[in-house]
Amino acid sequence: MSSDYLHQGSGFLPDLITVLPFAMLLGLYIWAAITSSQRSRLKSWPLHRYVCWCVGLLCAGAAIAGPLANRAHDDFTAHMIAHLLLGMLAPLLLVLSAPVTLLLRTVPVRTAKAISRLLKSWPVSIVSHPVSASILNIGGLWILYTTSLYEAMHHNFWVGMAVHIHMFLAGYLFTAAIIYIDLTPHRYSFVYRAVVLILTLAGHSILSKYIYGQPPGGVPQDRGELGAMVMYYGGDVIDIFLIIMLCHQWYTAAHPRISFGVSQ
Amino acid sequence: METKSVNLTSAGYSARNLWSGILFGIGLVAFLDEMVFHQLLHWHHFYDKSTTDVGLVSDGLFHAFSWFATIASLFMVADLRRRSAFWLKRWWGGVFVGAGAFQLYDGIIQHKLMKLHQIRYVENLLVYDLIWNISAVIMIVIGWILVAYTRRKLQSTGKGGDNEQ
Repeated sequence: MSSDYLHQGSGFLPDLITVLPFAMLLGLYIWAAITSSQRSRLKSWPLHRYVCWCVGLLCAGAAIAGPLANRAHDDFTAHMIAHLLLGMLAPLLLVLSAPVTLLLRTVPVRTAKAISRLLKSWPVSIVSHPVSASILNIGGLWILYTTSLYEAMHHNFWVGMAVHIHMFLAGYLFTAAIIYIDLTPHRYSFVYRAVVLILTLAGHSILSKYIYGQPPGGVPQDRGELGAMVMYYGGDVIDIFLIIMLCHQWYTAAHPRISFGVSQ
Repeated sequence: METKSVNLTSAGYSARNLWSGILFGIGLVAFLDEMVFHQLLHWHHFYDKSTTDVGLVSDGLFHAFSWFATIASLFMVADLRRRSAFWLKRWWGGVFVGAGAFQLYDGIIQHKLMKLHQIRYVENLLVYDLIWNISAVIMIVIGWILVAYTRRKLQSTGKGGDNEQ
């Protein structure tokens, strides 16, 4: 009986186990933000970042536990909505809430130095490079939807879990590599990030149309078509925000008084 | 914005005015194509099953590029305006050239050579193809006239575009 629960990913206990880390992350963030804001030398942590963090965790949580996640097991459209929440919207909101900056200003100086050394190290610079982040993100999706992995994730709890974790982490990594909100030691120019962003969006929309023609195993044609359109247009909506933020950062950085006559 | 001769700041940014217009034109046509022909009229298919792989890739790239271009071009306009360098005529020249060029590319390369999809799934497709491509050429001609006109203004100002990137 309990293995049945795990297979379907529904039921009270598995949901509770899945939701627990989110509740802990929520509590930790709020505690860190309030504690660090009380120190006199630091500015108080902005309210919009609390909101972004809470809504971001809510989006990610809704994608892997609860009614939407349960429907996602046999309804491809629900799966795609969950994918948009977990792989795109939640990462965007969580990047906007600048968790690394918060972490560094909360922990003791020595720990903060160790963390920033880690962020500057070469393995992190390779993984957080816009191109590798994009490959991890879109490449993972291509593997998921064009191989038997999609079917496997619904038959095995742990495969499903691994897919969800990868989807979220790759989405976060990619968003952080394109728009610089948080601490970013390895930086790339606007044009460079714009090109990577465009190629990634292209990869996402090509995959959506490919799924429309050839849905993953076990998905009926009409469900596949609807899910593919949700992926295509839903992706567009979230991408608008990414593009606006990237362009706005260019607009701010190219301010005439700072760099008059210099063009990107 | 301009009187007899072009103001010097606008002249210095003539290339950025033109490129911003071209990017906006591409984005505008792609957006109208999506709204009018896909969503409202349902003339185009979301994905035609006979689409070739290269057609699918080209479509995806252009979709992503036009999405970016629309937003980026408007930020460029905002940037030109805060520098008091926005040159409306040259910008419109760019818009028409960009819009026409994209529509012609879509009509000849993507619809015909790559067989992405057709304009409409009817008997006498030729009429649709002709209207589509001729209107594209007309836009390019209008744009070209505007660009040439502003270039003459630029030369008569004596700048000759030496500040251009």
